Amino acid sequence: MENLFVNTAGSIRNIMENSGLSPLLSDAVLVMFKLLAILVFVLINALWLVYMERKIAGYIQCRYGPNRVGPKGLLQTTADIGKLISKEIIIPRGADKILFLLSPALIFAPPLMVFMVVPFGENMAAVELNIGVFYFLAVASLSTVIFWMAGWASNNKYSLLGGMRVVAQMISYELPMVLAILGVVMITGTLNMSEIIRAQENTWFIFTQPVAFLIYFIAGVAECNRAPFDLAEGESEIVAGPFTEYSGMGFAMFFLAEYANMVLVSFMAATLFLGGWLAPFGLTFIPGWIWMLLKVYVLIFLFMWLRWTYPRIRVDQLMGFGWKVLVPLSLANIFVTGVAIKVLDMIGW
Amino acid sequence: MLRTEEFTLNMGPQHPATHGVFRLILHLDGETIVKAEPVLGYLHRGIEKLAESRTYTQVIPYTDRLDYLAAMLNNLGYVQAVEKMIGVEVPERAEYIRVIVSEMSRIASHCIATGAYALDLGGFTGFMYPFREREKLMDMFEMICGSRMTFSYIRVGGVAADLPEEFYPAIKKFLQEFPSCVDEYDGLITGNEIFQARTKGIGILPAEKAVKYSLSGPVLRGSGVKYDLRKARPYGIYDRFDFEVPVGKNGDCFDRYYCRILEMRQSHRIIKQALEQLQELPEGPVMAKVPKVLKPPKGDVYHEIEGAKGILGYYVVSDGTVNPYRVHVRRPSFINLDLIDEMCRGWKIADVVAILGSIDIVLGEVDC
Repeated sequence: MENLFVNTAGSIRNIMENSGLSPLLSDAVLVMFKLLAILVFVLINALWLVYMERKIAGYIQCRYGPNRVGPKGLLQTTADIGKLISKEIIIPRGADKILFLLSPALIFAPPLMVFMVVPFGENMAAVELNIGVFYFLAVASLSTVIFWMAGWASNNKYSLLGGMRVVAQMISYELPMVLAILGVVMITGTLNMSEIIRAQENTWFIFTQPVAFLIYFIAGVAECNRAPFDLAEGESEIVAGPFTEYSGMGFAMFFLAEYANMVLVSFMAATLFLGGWLAPFGLTFIPGWIWMLLKVYVLIFLFMWLRWTYPRIRVDQLMGFGWKVLVPLSLANIFVTGVAIKVLDMIGW
Repeated sequence: MLRTEEFTLNMGPQHPATHGVFRLILHLDGETIVKAEPVLGYLHRGIEKLAESRTYTQVIPYTDRLDYLAAMLNNLGYVQAVEKMIGVEVPERAEYIRVIVSEMSRIASHCIATGAYALDLGGFTGFMYPFREREKLMDMFEMICGSRMTFSYIRVGGVAADLPEEFYPAIKKFLQEFPSCVDEYDGLITGNEIFQARTKGIGILPAEKAVKYSLSGPVLRGSGVKYDLRKARPYGIYDRFDFEVPVGKNGDCFDRYYCRILEMRQSHRIIKQALEQLQELPEGPVMAKVPKVLKPPKGDVYHEIEGAKGILGYYVVSDGTVNPYRVHVRRPSFINLDLIDEMCRGWKIADVVAILGSIDIVLGEVDC
């Protein structure tokens, strides 16, 4: 079980090499397989998470949530997506047509690209990148541009305001996020995600870097544009922000991308702070990738819990909180971490 | 220097947070409000004019459509105005029933105000909990008069029918549960850090200004003016109950919101007392002897009651025929909107939603 996927990949490679393909070609085919697996994983996860979110929201609000389509409403999201696909795509007059159509098409690209380096289990990253964390930070923030594109292209005032909010929010929250992750990187001395997980063999970094985890989590919520930081959408203020003018599948893409982003941020949190695939309390009979998924789902549940409890923060309060609280706090965290590393080094611990 | 321009944003009449078909034209500097112009009338049905071609009894259903979230109170205001004209003695039993249903209506209205306010600020769960209690109230109204929104239950001379048997256990259960439900709102909405950050110190309304513009209801009391018609000039039998008038201190959005929460608790107290006193009363009629067709003597009358949104007044002029010559309604939502421009200036778009929600307008009443 532990090496289910690793072995599958190995046997696919064996079959290809036995049938006479050159190693280079079989490598390329294997990467395609991995990409496909990630794509399927991300999409199914998004579908399932929408259902999970609605169910959780239901229980939080003393109602049932979806329970009509399929057993226990499990096919609700599938039905919704089916409906959205069949809808007409309306392009408003005066919209920048190319950008307008391009942004929902591109919105899935950054999360998918980052999933390339996420270690789903031991030896289960599609690409072992030795600058994995850096790559994550660089690529994940690209979605800002796409949101802004959508907001600008719609030629709608609410969309424009939403787009501006996204940019402001991302800039202010990317910074504390990077600084929070820096604490972990300082301890491990590597940017490779698998190695960061291996460095947590003894203690998870949530215990040695609790402040960093907290900052990362808050910034992560803001990154995903989820309540209480869902200012970009802010449906009671600016209708739906950048998505106001989108209909049908264009809207659904943004919607699903939000969930893909949430999974991504949770995967990163599990990797950086919760020991990734490492089993706690020596429960190693459960395979590592299941542990990984468990940790991710606990974090996602936290995300959803937050969303269905808190009201929305105001735009200037959000910026104030980012710059005046999170940034200084993360800088202090780096300072303390640095001093601690030096001191421990000196006493030879 | 960059050349910057004012940005005009049309908010409404189709907007999720304007509580109906209200329209605000916002002049923005970035996200800051420079000026807010309210545009009214999208729900204007000419109720005042329609009333002129109806008999006095036929006007009652129209009053339901004013503030449809607290329709009992609208019935009561109009009916008491007409009763004042023809001078009829309402049976004791009917008076108690009126108090019970109108306080229930007040709670139902405040439930919406509270829930919708949480929704305006982005907390969707806060919307569902008050609605749960409102639903129970609606069920009870359905028991009483068969309708859930537009009741026409309070009639000239009394009420349409006595309370049914099944109502008593239902209201007792409700009265027992309700305080803990309000505690729940306090925990979920009032006590929330973000909620307080979004409402405290926002949209401050000074007491003198509120009085000067004749604002009323929780909007006035939120500014610290202790003025409630049920206490100041008791109508009906309100002088028989023991309750307090909650007031705010700073006149900000939070105070206006919290006044409503406290008022719900006070209304709960009133219902409890009224129910106890009602059950001590002997069985009796709930309708006074009034003629089928009302012909009040020539003259006019003005009667006001404390509605859910503020002072609800009815000015009725009679020319001695079966139709009122003129009916004018002092609609609290409309008058409370007076200062919206002034209150919004200098705040952000998100605050406009918070301010508008704290005034708690209902468009059926604003546009009449």
